[in-house]
Amino acid sequence: MSQPASHYFVPQPSHWPIFGSAALLLMANGAVLWMNHIGAGPYLLAAGFCVLLTMLFGWFANVIRESEGGAYGKNVDTSFRWGMSWFIFSEVMFFAAFFGALFYIRVLSVPDLAHGLNAEYLYQSFTSAWPSAGPGFKGEFEHMGAWGLPAINTALLLSSGVTLTWAHHALIKNNRLHLNIGLALTILLGLIFLGLQAEEYSHAYSELNLKLTTGGYGSTFFMLTGFHGFHVCLGATMLIVILIRCLKGHFTPEHHFGFEGVAWYWHFVDVVWLLLFVLVYWL
Amino acid sequence: MKVSMKKFASLAGVAASGIGSLFGSTNAWADFQLNMHEPVTEAGRRAYELHNDISLICLAIFIVVFGILAYSLIKHRKSKGHKAADFHEHLGIEIAWTVIPSIILVLIAIPATKTLVHMRDTSEPAITIKATGYQWKWGYDYLKGEGEGIKFLSVQATPKEQIHNQADKAHNYMMTVDNPLVVPVNAKVRILTTANDVIHAWAVPAFAVKQDAVPGFIRDTWFKADKEGTYNGQCSELCGKDHGYMPIVVKVVSAAEYSNWVGEQKKKAAAGDDPAKTWTLDEAMARGEKVYNANCASCHQANGQGIPGTFPPLDGAKIAKAAAQKGNHIGTVLHGRPGTAMAAFGAQLSDTEIATVITYERNAWSNKTGEVIQPADVKAAR
Amino acid sequence: MAHEHALGGHEGQVGHDAHEHHGPPSGIMRWITTTNHKDIGSMYLWFSFIMFLVGGAMAMVIRAELFQPGLQIVSPEFFNQMITLHALIMVFGAIMPAFVGFSNWMIPLMIGASDMAFARMNNWSFWILPVASFLLILSMFVPGGAAGTGWTMYPPLSIQMGMGMDLAIFGIHLLGMSSIMGGINIITTILNMRAPGMTLMKMPMFCWTWLITAFLLIASMPVLAGAVTMLLTDRHFGTSFFNAAGGGDPVLFQHIFWFFGHPEVYIIALPAFGVISQVIPTFSRKPIFGYASMVYAIAAIAIISFFVWAHHMYVTGIPLTGQLYFMYATMIIAVPTGVKVFNWVATMWKGSLSFETPMLFALGFLFMFTLGGFSGLVLSLTAVDVMLQETYYVIAHFHYVMVAGALFSAYAGAYYWLPKWTGYMYDETLGKIHFWLSLIFFNMTFFVQHFLGLAGMPRRVPDYALQFTEFNQISTIGAFGLGISQLLFLYIVLKARKGGKKATAEVWDGAQGLEWTVPSPAPYHTFETPPVFEGHGKH
Ligand code: HEA
Ligand code: HEA
Ligand code: HEC
Ligand code: CUA
Ligand SMILES: [Cu+2]
Repeated sequence: MSQPASHYFVPQPSHWPIFGSAALLLMANGAVLWMNHIGAGPYLLAAGFCVLLTMLFGWFANVIRESEGGAYGKNVDTSFRWGMSWFIFSEVMFFAAFFGALFYIRVLSVPDLAHGLNAEYLYQSFTSAWPSAGPGFKGEFEHMGAWGLPAINTALLLSSGVTLTWAHHALIKNNRLHLNIGLALTILLGLIFLGLQAEEYSHAYSELNLKLTTGGYGSTFFMLTGFHGFHVCLGATMLIVILIRCLKGHFTPEHHFGFEGVAWYWHFVDVVWLLLFVLVYWL
Repeated sequence: MKVSMKKFASLAGVAASGIGSLFGSTNAWADFQLNMHEPVTEAGRRAYELHNDISLICLAIFIVVFGILAYSLIKHRKSKGHKAADFHEHLGIEIAWTVIPSIILVLIAIPATKTLVHMRDTSEPAITIKATGYQWKWGYDYLKGEGEGIKFLSVQATPKEQIHNQADKAHNYMMTVDNPLVVPVNAKVRILTTANDVIHAWAVPAFAVKQDAVPGFIRDTWFKADKEGTYNGQCSELCGKDHGYMPIVVKVVSAAEYSNWVGEQKKKAAAGDDPAKTWTLDEAMARGEKVYNANCASCHQANGQGIPGTFPPLDGAKIAKAAAQKGNHIGTVLHGRPGTAMAAFGAQLSDTEIATVITYERNAWSNKTGEVIQPADVKAAR
Repeated sequence: MAHEHALGGHEGQVGHDAHEHHGPPSGIMRWITTTNHKDIGSMYLWFSFIMFLVGGAMAMVIRAELFQPGLQIVSPEFFNQMITLHALIMVFGAIMPAFVGFSNWMIPLMIGASDMAFARMNNWSFWILPVASFLLILSMFVPGGAAGTGWTMYPPLSIQMGMGMDLAIFGIHLLGMSSIMGGINIITTILNMRAPGMTLMKMPMFCWTWLITAFLLIASMPVLAGAVTMLLTDRHFGTSFFNAAGGGDPVLFQHIFWFFGHPEVYIIALPAFGVISQVIPTFSRKPIFGYASMVYAIAAIAIISFFVWAHHMYVTGIPLTGQLYFMYATMIIAVPTGVKVFNWVATMWKGSLSFETPMLFALGFLFMFTLGGFSGLVLSLTAVDVMLQETYYVIAHFHYVMVAGALFSAYAGAYYWLPKWTGYMYDETLGKIHFWLSLIFFNMTFFVQHFLGLAGMPRRVPDYALQFTEFNQISTIGAFGLGISQLLFLYIVLKARKGGKKATAEVWDGAQGLEWTVPSPAPYHTFETPPVFEGHGKH
């Protein structure tokens, strides 16, 4: 941190971005082939994933090295804050699309199908009620209630927010032990959450006959909770990286944006879950 | 229908009067159609007027703004030694050019609202017709009012040779169908739109009607034509390969003529196929070929080769040759293949039509199975 | 250069390649690994021009087929693939990257920053683009061909498509990633890296337009990503977002798409406004009129743009109240856009005008964009749109705002800044010829399309009734003229790179701003120590 206040760190040329692009190229083509049942698909996808991991390791190692080397001044730190905030905002908008779809299907299209001209000419026996799998769905399914596993999961995630904040305070007070314990607890809660979520999915598939293919309800349920679960995975992975860095003695009470950024992300994932709990499970 | 111009000679004139003609409803260039169709419905006339009015308003604003700019461009040139002034804001004028356009917009919004409210009023129709979009034809069902029960498909009738430039194009090139929609003049006709496969749109400019036909939903629109004649429109939502070949032809006829037409249609329907008939191979092949060309050839092609990568060939296909695949073949045509372009034909085609088209597919080209499928077989598979 | 040494002190920790700091790696590796905003800006610009040629070549296929009624050159399904790829490539591959290129090159220079905030991520934003376009172009060669759905990809048609659709979907995901990263970078750069003294309300207007555009990008691209993700799961994993049988609705896709799509058109338009707002004051030798109201107008346009999307869906069967609301909301956009037009006119008023190529393109922009805006206003009236929706009137409308609007503005910017990039003046005579040819052929191509639309010619058709023949022929001839004229631009740029009259640092005598204080061509590293900005008009 011996930088002159005015100097802004500009990284050297880097080969990591092109690795990233190569990874995306492989992954996109792999996914397309796989979805169209062409043999090479999964291999390409996996190869792309490996390249992506390599790139992430390399790139973040660079960033960590630069950070620990003191290359990032206050200005860079502010940039990181803006960058992370806007990234999270973009994630909010991504989820908004799916919440919008839920709203639309539930409040507009399902009732619309059961009323007026549609009811008169197309779906005489279809009645509008949520959860619904639509007029074409044959068979029975049960919806996922809020007060079993989902409620426990809510409690888990909320407490993980608390433990994370506790860890943050510890970091600021330079209490490394509490920091590490807090982080480890947070990760543990996140992992239990994921386990329970998996349990819930298997319950849905095997006992409730609730599947991705169960009409609008199944689609929105699994896509929303699924993308959320995916984000929990990402968040937990990032927390693990941060924990490792903490154990290695990285971060100072003044300078620890890596920690904070991940914490923001975790809280964002938390808030999404609250919305999910209310809008998908409860109401 | 306005006749299009024959020579390029008057091109210069058009270019010169371009802006003016676009915005006004001048008749000086009657050879060209520079403005909309003359509408034959109240809603159409209102929309037409609205368009003319707003175009004129825009033209006026354009002239004022760019008149001022033109003055500036001529007078305030550096090459004429004009020195730049230094002002860079003026609250009054900035407020003025925020408020004045807002007022103009409100003035436009009033007639626009009224016209729209009129357009959307589908209540109390004399006749209700359902228009179903298929890839790539229209199906019409007369649901209520005189003619109730009439039902037919309407497929483009322009010969393939004309499309592929092997024959001269007729004056109504593209705009012909085998069975036009027939409606009486001065009667409020309500059109319900829906679709079987993808989104289509039912549109006739002269009625100021355009309504998407969304699969799985019913929408409605209406018109009340006050002039007899034949009016054309086209499917107005991209619906795949032959989207461009999905015209709509509406014949507006007098009430008496309409009643006549209804009578004929009823007679035709009564004389329809006997579902209990047992067909011979030759009969079935002849009938099936017609059904095939009207319904299947657009994808699977007249020669049964399909289009590689998009539409599978039927010539030589296992499903159309192997005896064990007969049930599958009938099932595929009846119920379609969800998620692909292969639609369920069970609702559009009768048992006889499906039986004969399957017979045709199993015997045409190199598929000489010799099997004859009977309507009863199809009925059993439904 | 004292700071280089300051940094040198950290070499050991900072990274193994820190010793290369004094110059870029040479050869291809320079371009692949670069973190320099000027290199990346140049790559964006070249990439966008190449994509413009590719997309333009597709437009030529479209126009050639439409020269006559009947099917002569391509099959209907290939025609549909061409319109899809033409639009996707032009919008995402040509116009957007062109303005991102300008932003990369110029924003750090304009605000006195040493580089973009996230220089390494900046490289990645760019290098995702070739991958995405590769996917789009590859889709033409897979079984079934590219998506033949139009760039709007409405289901269920897009559900029917083959694997070309999947490639397009992933292509769009990647384009979205690239845009979001680019947006984050630009927004952060502008918010955090301005030179001391450069307050937000003193920034060049181009930076303002990009600040707000970046916000639009970050807010709307993820929504598009969501929409195509749902499309993907509907296609392959049995979800029913867009399927009535499962309680979904094909129209839901349209809502989500246009919730992205309408802001998208302002993502294209706003940076174009920004360039114009730089060029007009320079060649009027007069500060921009109504700076503050310009800023508010941009912000207003951006915000309103999120609330008007269903004007693309008037005939889908949305209720009357919805139609009315969206009509009113759409009409309102004319007010802030009008403010911008009037301010530009007022900037020229009593200026000391000269008409170099950038100014000509800016004026062309002003005329043509306003015309396109007016046809937009016509379309916004639901009752009229019912007659014009899905006709060539719409095609005419948006090519006025996107070709004579955004593309002309991109040319204005390119001529304006070319001397700063290359160090040489371009050939002014050729530039003017390029402008006049473009203007004339552009109008020849697209003005007549208004008439076609009014007469009822649908868009997205490879064939048409005889009554439409003549105007289509005029349009096609114009389009080929327009296309060939663009090759002139390539020649002008290549020529200016080779040499010519040396450009001064200021380049244009009326030019104001930090970017004109650095030498031409701009050195590889600029403003490593932030300059102190004391306001315009004081050099
Ligand atoms: C750069 C891109 C751009 C821009 C800036 C605009 C600007 C506008 N657009 Fe356009 N539009 C498109 C790109 C763009 N559009 C595209 C790509 C499509 C088609 C997509 C597809 O279907 O494939 C489309 C389609 C489209 C439709 C749907 C048509 C249909 O499919 O049926 C509508 C309808 O309302 C519309 C309206 C408008 C309006 C009101 C504006 C306004 O912002 C214009 C405002 C400007 C002015 C009005 C002129 C200046 C103002 C004054 C001088 C002030 C005084 C004026 C008055 C008081 C009148 N546009
Ligand atoms: C910013 C975006 C943009 C730009 C710049 C353009 C530029 C052009 N567009 Fe495009 N267009 C769209 C966006 C754009 N378009 C969109 C969004 C659609 C809607 C698609 C849909 O319906 O889904 C559309 C649709 C569209 C149609 C309607 C298709 C249909 O509905 O059937 C037409 C028809 O005339 C057309 C024509 C043109 C022409 C002639 C140009 C010209 O300006 C192009 C001029 C440039 C060149 C011609 C390049 C010059 C180079 C060469 C000639 C050399 C050859 C090069 C090589 C061989 C590599 N466009
Ligand atoms: C809109 C295009 C379209 C039309 C019209 C169409 N088909 Fe098809 N058809 C397809 C497609 C696409 C498939 C492939 C479906 C798949 O991938 O499983 C198909 C598959 C088939 C198959 C199964 C082929 C196989 O090898 O599995 C048969 C049989 C068939 N169609 C018969 C017909 C008949 C009979 C008609 C007319 C009454 C018809 N099709 C009209 C698009 C069409
Ligand atoms: Cu049916 Cu287009
Ligand atoms: Cu819009």
